[in-house]
Amino acid sequence: MLKKNPLALIDWKALAIIAVILFIGVLTIFSATYNSSGGGIPLYYKQAGWIAIGMVFFFAGATIDYQTIAKYAYPLYAVSLLLLVLVMVIGRSGFGAQRWLSVGGFSFQPSELAKLATVLAITRYFSDYPARYGYTVKELFIPGVVIAIPVLLVLKQPDLGTALVITFVSLGLIYLVRIRSKFFGLSMLIGIMTFPFLWQLFWESLKGYQKIRLMTFVNPMADPRGTGYHIIQSKIAVGSGGFMGKGLFESTQSHLNFLPARHTDFIFSVFSEEWGFIGLAVLMLLYLGLITWGLDTAIKSRDRLGMLMGSSLVCLFTCYCLINIGMTLGIVPVVGIPLPLMSYGGTSLITTLFSLGILFNIKKKRYLFS
Amino acid sequence: MTDFQDKNRGLQQRIKYLRTFIILLFTIVLFRGWHMQIIKGSYYRKLSEDNRVRTVIMPPLRGIIYDRNGEILAKNVPSFDAGIVIADTKNLNRTIRKLSPLIHLSFEEIKERIKYAKNYDPFSPILIKEDISIREVALIESQGWNLPGVVTIIEGRREYPNNVLAAHLLGYVGEVSQSQLREVDYSSELPGRIIGQNGIEKEYDSLLRGRVGRKNIEVDASGHERQILDISEPIAGDNIVLAIDIGLQRAAEDALGDRRGAVVVLDSDTGEVLALASHPAYDPNVLSRRLLPSVWKKIAEDPGHPLNNRAIQGTYPPGSVFKILMATAGLEGGYIDPGGRIACSGGMQFGNRFYRDWTSVGHGSVDLHKAITQSCDVYFYQLGNRMQIDTIANYAMQFGLGEPTGIDLPSEKKGLVPSTQWKLNARKERWYAGETLSVAIGQGYLSVTPLQQAVMVNTVVNSGSLKRPRVLKGIISDKEKKTYEFSSVEVRKIDMKESTLKNIKSALHGVVNEPGGTGGAARSYLIDVGGKTGTAQAVGRQSVTGLNDHAWFAAFAPVDKPKITVSVLVEHGGHGGSAAAPVAKKIIEEYFKTVNSDE
Repeated sequence: MLKKNPLALIDWKALAIIAVILFIGVLTIFSATYNSSGGGIPLYYKQAGWIAIGMVFFFAGATIDYQTIAKYAYPLYAVSLLLLVLVMVIGRSGFGAQRWLSVGGFSFQPSELAKLATVLAITRYFSDYPARYGYTVKELFIPGVVIAIPVLLVLKQPDLGTALVITFVSLGLIYLVRIRSKFFGLSMLIGIMTFPFLWQLFWESLKGYQKIRLMTFVNPMADPRGTGYHIIQSKIAVGSGGFMGKGLFESTQSHLNFLPARHTDFIFSVFSEEWGFIGLAVLMLLYLGLITWGLDTAIKSRDRLGMLMGSSLVCLFTCYCLINIGMTLGIVPVVGIPLPLMSYGGTSLITTLFSLGILFNIKKKRYLFS
Repeated sequence: MTDFQDKNRGLQQRIKYLRTFIILLFTIVLFRGWHMQIIKGSYYRKLSEDNRVRTVIMPPLRGIIYDRNGEILAKNVPSFDAGIVIADTKNLNRTIRKLSPLIHLSFEEIKERIKYAKNYDPFSPILIKEDISIREVALIESQGWNLPGVVTIIEGRREYPNNVLAAHLLGYVGEVSQSQLREVDYSSELPGRIIGQNGIEKEYDSLLRGRVGRKNIEVDASGHERQILDISEPIAGDNIVLAIDIGLQRAAEDALGDRRGAVVVLDSDTGEVLALASHPAYDPNVLSRRLLPSVWKKIAEDPGHPLNNRAIQGTYPPGSVFKILMATAGLEGGYIDPGGRIACSGGMQFGNRFYRDWTSVGHGSVDLHKAITQSCDVYFYQLGNRMQIDTIANYAMQFGLGEPTGIDLPSEKKGLVPSTQWKLNARKERWYAGETLSVAIGQGYLSVTPLQQAVMVNTVVNSGSLKRPRVLKGIISDKEKKTYEFSSVEVRKIDMKESTLKNIKSALHGVVNEPGGTGGAARSYLIDVGGKTGTAQAVGRQSVTGLNDHAWFAAFAPVDKPKITVSVLVEHGGHGGSAAAPVAKKIIEEYFKTVNSDE
């Protein structure tokens, strides 16, 4: 039965977690940038602006029925591919390795949209064509192509991080919808056999600096004054935070020149240095709380689409969290992806809040069904 | 249990496994954090305290700019600056008090500079005083122990030895702005980097800029360098050679004098820009240093608009110089016969308006030659009426008007060639036949830049070969030990009959050399000059306010086989024949006395 008060449908606990992480993000951006770059609008102001815009998208995601969103998943996917191609085309006329499109002074990253659009598209596919006993490899051909096209386009930019995230989330989704066991064995075998070839293809598609990053990840000390520097500095920043942290605005290590992107990709290093293990643990629990809430929402959803869409959006969110945090702790290569809800930047924040909005939508729909 | 739940129980189960898997991953990451912060916390804290490694950016030398004869137009001179690294000052106020008398800046002034520093990073030096003397450097260095955080920086500062000369052409350099850093061209640059902000400095910035070097150094507690850990040297920018002849440029600017206006001198054969002047100008040396807001305000708000490069950005009605194009088009399109005559009695009635000739007494019986030499308006009113606006527009655009010439300088304006379609789009009105008459004598909506005027005349006297004007002549690549020279680019070739060229050249020769010709002031005993005067009504002209017409003169020499083409515009200079023609004459004579005699 439909509950009368729409506010009662809102999951206030999850909303509170999101608000707290956003607040921590702005505070950390403030701390990371308060004594750099005297001119212009401070970045934490801008981030607050992005949050305001992001909330509009959040409410859009929460209000527009997710079945309607799924209905538009294919056109959205097509648009995102078109934008990725556009980046490539403009790239040829002088944009180089740019991942951004500028429209009338406003620039955004099509790969961020592509990531969300691909996930929504394959979610819809799997929802439209269920296979009770799992999919055959043949049946996975179409979703495979749907995944491969944006991955290759994004790799071409090159944006290794986003390409990896799309791949991981897609694999997670394939795990959820299941491959038939005999085909699973077969595909594993084919996978193992073709791995050297695929690896070579992947390796050759990387730019020089990306190869160096990956090699440096294996052994940062091989190039301690060059590429390994970010990893080393980030580890020193996190490690030196100790149990209690150095305190807000006291992150000397993070303010060093050689830890760039301290308000974007390495924001977790700044936070961990200032708040120590206490802060790190609290923040990670907040993220985990949000993730488990999302998965519970998916589990309890009343339709297959809600389950798949919910869990794939959570996978996306989780991938970003784990890769980014892992990167700052030196357990994942530096691939340059933001920490959801915390890193400075509009496109990532808007897409994250939009997908969280969809999760709220799925949750709300559950009540509406009963 | 509903059917739905039953069907999807497997999926639910797998999501639950996924949840467990994610919790496991988070636990591993949390454990890693615990290991780093609790178990190895003191190890990392020590590393953090000992971490005194800095990356110092080493700016490269900017490429030198030469004129066509190897004269230096822009170079770098070593300059010492004093700066403060905030992170290394234990007590900032104390350090400022000690530094203040050494560099002759008050405590407040230094504080002010720190407050407004663009690059306020505690580990990068903030510029306190540029261009300090060797004595000041020595004082700072000798008292270094007492001045924690104070550093002296040696840099190559841009210097333009000819000061104001060729200022608009060369442009100036300045610190990259926040908005520029977001542009693709500068995305690899760092805040504080000096880049070309105008003119050639901007146009060829990617060549001139070079690449920064980096030095990882270990510093002591006061921030002073102890040892270099590793270094990647900066790569200097390429040196470039311009087509400009600085002697001719000087002659052009001297000839223009204090009047507002512009001069363009092209090599007739190649389209190379031999001189390009715009007045009033600015001193690029002033703009290329750290500018005080008051100085910038003074330049930016100067009513003479010295930052505006009138040669490529100023748009004016072309006046009677446009008659060259009208005559060419008239002959090519068969609208006139060179021998055909019309009667000019000082004006012409068209519709309900009387269109005046520039002289009220009229020119009597006029053929094409006389119409050009004496600049008869009535002749061209009639020709315009025959051709109609769209035909005129078509010819004008073929000769390069109404579109940027493609010169290698930033922010070129395209001017305006009106047509029926243009008026319909821009003004939502139909075209009136009377307006064609104004355009036929280079007035009305028509507007051109002095450079376009030069290109148009050059194209006509070169039998329809439209050459793209170019400032860059060559690049000297140190890396490859090579000089690359550029050849001229013909944008298009317009069909022109031999007889048309002959008639036009003869008339333009007549303008300068025949009795009654309007350009007599350009007559030279050194060389045979051809040209056309123009007097263009200034928009909103009001004689009471003292705003005169703009004076034009477009010339080429020698008439037989042109070597140079000159376009002169004097803003509100009055008559082209008296205000602009003498300027062109001086430049042409200078060219044939010095430049051409060298060759």
